[in-house]
Amino acid sequence: MAKVDALHPWKEAPLGCVISEAGNARKFKTGDWRSKIRPLTDQEKCIKCGMCWIFCPEMAYSLRADGFYDWSSEYCKGCGICARECPKEAIQMIAEEE
Amino acid sequence: MIAEDLKDFKKFTPKTLPQEEPLVYGHRACQGCGEVLALRMVAKAIGSPMVAVSATGCMEIISSPYPQTAWAVPWIHVAFENAAAVASGVEAGLKALMAKGRIPEKKISVVAFAGDGGTADIGFQALSGAMERGHDFVYVCLDNEAYMNTGIQRSSSTPFGATTTTSPAGKLSYGQRTWKKNLPAILASHNIPYVATASPAYYLDLMNKAKKAALIKGPAFLHVYSPCPTGWRHGTDLAIEVSRLVVETNIFPLYEVIDGKYVVRKNTKVKPVEEYLKIQRRFSHLTPELIQTIQKRVDTEYERLLRLETSTQTGEVKEEAKKE
Amino acid sequence: MEVSIAVSEAVKLANVDVISAYPITPQTHIVEHLSELVADGELTAAFIPVESEHSALSAAVGAAAVGARAYTATASQGLALMHEIMFIASGLRLPMVMTVVNRALSTPINIWNDLSDIMAERDTGWIQLFAINGQEAVDLTLQAFKLSEDPRVLLPVAVNLDGFVLSHVIEPVEIPDQETVDRFLPPYKPGIRLDPDNPVSMGAFGSPDVFTEIKKQIDEALIGSQKVAAEVWKDFGAIFGRTYKPVESYKTKGAETLLVTMGSISETAMSAVDLMREKGEKVGLIHIRLWRPFPFKDFFQAIREAKVLAVVDRALVPGGAGGPVGLEVKAALFDKKERPYVAEFIAGLGGRDLTVEIFTEMVAKANRYAQTQKEIRYEMIGVREK
Repeated sequence: MAKVDALHPWKEAPLGCVISEAGNARKFKTGDWRSKIRPLTDQEKCIKCGMCWIFCPEMAYSLRADGFYDWSSEYCKGCGICARECPKEAIQMIAEEE
Repeated sequence: MIAEDLKDFKKFTPKTLPQEEPLVYGHRACQGCGEVLALRMVAKAIGSPMVAVSATGCMEIISSPYPQTAWAVPWIHVAFENAAAVASGVEAGLKALMAKGRIPEKKISVVAFAGDGGTADIGFQALSGAMERGHDFVYVCLDNEAYMNTGIQRSSSTPFGATTTTSPAGKLSYGQRTWKKNLPAILASHNIPYVATASPAYYLDLMNKAKKAALIKGPAFLHVYSPCPTGWRHGTDLAIEVSRLVVETNIFPLYEVIDGKYVVRKNTKVKPVEEYLKIQRRFSHLTPELIQTIQKRVDTEYERLLRLETSTQTGEVKEEAKKE
Repeated sequence: MEVSIAVSEAVKLANVDVISAYPITPQTHIVEHLSELVADGELTAAFIPVESEHSALSAAVGAAAVGARAYTATASQGLALMHEIMFIASGLRLPMVMTVVNRALSTPINIWNDLSDIMAERDTGWIQLFAINGQEAVDLTLQAFKLSEDPRVLLPVAVNLDGFVLSHVIEPVEIPDQETVDRFLPPYKPGIRLDPDNPVSMGAFGSPDVFTEIKKQIDEALIGSQKVAAEVWKDFGAIFGRTYKPVESYKTKGAETLLVTMGSISETAMSAVDLMREKGEKVGLIHIRLWRPFPFKDFFQAIREAKVLAVVDRALVPGGAGGPVGLEVKAALFDKKERPYVAEFIAGLGGRDLTVEIFTEMVAKANRYAQTQKEIRYEMIGVREK
């Protein structure tokens, strides 16, 4: 967990336990929550509709300049919503290599 | 005037969705959490500048594990039952500071997020008070139909027949005995300018409603259906599927109440409730008779909704009454 | 003018930004008058007529979080309803001022004065001050804002005044002019606040790893606020000419027995001291103005000559070792090799009148018990046995 940052001496604790670094949860890579199953997009079938991007609770997809979506191994929890919702069945949940 | 508030409102399209993510990745929500997805969509749609107020609950816990926060916008959590009261103070404070010239005058959206427990039960009083006082803010109820954060206990928003730890299906019980509290109807009775229901499967509809709610001056209430794979016992990949079925079966119709006028989105084809119930193990104990009861009730409620739409749109009065 | 009205005038002079209030006897005159001032444009502030005291404090927290100067007032059941949020307000290190018009806690429901309401909030991390007359009520209110907002403090402040016997009486009070107040109390400059240009997250989920350090921080801030209070009182004295101390002494020189009081009963007790002094008794009085943080050094200094203390508590700690003030006093003296005899009296509960005679009786009892070093945890005064 993010233990290291929280173990500060009391004098260095922020006032009121406020967190002033907005969005620093980014430091926590939830990608290791996956149970060795990950989504894989077949670009031949992909129509760049963005459903995978908008339906991802982890915002693990990001738009590329060429219109396809990059998948983030660092944050994807492997829920499978993208694979289920892809209108062209272009995304498959596959076993992950080590 | 709502028309005035919305004059610059441009509907989102799939190609013009906002890119900002007020909630960032790294949050600790369960795999496939429908609520965090709904929260993400609402926050994206409303966008900065905003101040978010959360009640205690799943979303608050998973987004603020000290020393990390998943909020890229200013955010405050105080307690369980007072999201609406804290939001009232935030809204009034910002207004007063702008009136006194201490901060520059500009539109800052004040958005309160709470679960069904923090809205329909313990947070009800504060919500009603804030709505009655007419604060300019958006209250978003992210409804996963139970007290999920504390381990799946029933709330007044738990649907009839659902099993939870405090309304379990057992030898003498079929689960939740009461019908889901009709929050939008209660909020509409407060005569606030805008009330809407939304489902993350209909993301454009949801995001447009969220944007409208933020633009409209005065209180707005969004009731957002939020599937919980953990509590509802369905696959982690089914949140959107379930969010679609709940609308397709008329269990959770999508509608708006704009200045008291109901505007209902209608399904071209309506699916039977059984299709929705059977994919969630929280309903797996239901007998065909109970499913029939649920179907009857859903149909009755939906017809009532359509009648409300007719009467509020046209001000129609029944012929018999007129003859008096 | 009526003391409640004077307090509202002080709040107006402090140029608060947000007032969130719910009515409860005997606080109502304060919020009613503030409401009038806002309605007449004499005070530019958002007046939020909340639907409960819990929401009143919650809204004040929300307002303070965005950098507004926030104020609320309550009493008794209302304060009890705020209890959950009291800890959060101080824990979030948000400045705000609340007037507590002390009234007994139910049950039986009782609208009259005692200190049980604020005593139940003793451990909430709020700075707690007590006024004994109308002028003090006004002065402490103005001082409270300055103290609360000091960057070394950033803790909410409760200003206590006795319900009815102080809040509803008409006293000659000097209301300072706006210009002088502005010199003493500049506009609030918030440090961390909810600002879209600089987003922060307040009210995070704290694990066992961090909870202790945050509580330590609050404890130290509360203790350290006494030093800031001394500075505030010095500034106040320089501008307004009235001095304030954490513990006030009355005819303590040469006194062997001291009454220890809080709140407006102190003035009645002073009359009793006068009478006893006339009879040659070596009696004096101290009253505690700063209750939290407890001013240990000033307290020891004030009682240094005393051999007997007659502590007058206006709240009961049932099944315990005395009233809250008695407990504090005894705990403070525990480590001292030489300490006075402490007689602890619970009196004036639920608005029962405290007269000069009763104070005299308490002093006599205290002296009598001291002679035999009688072991008595506490005594409730005036209980009808027959």
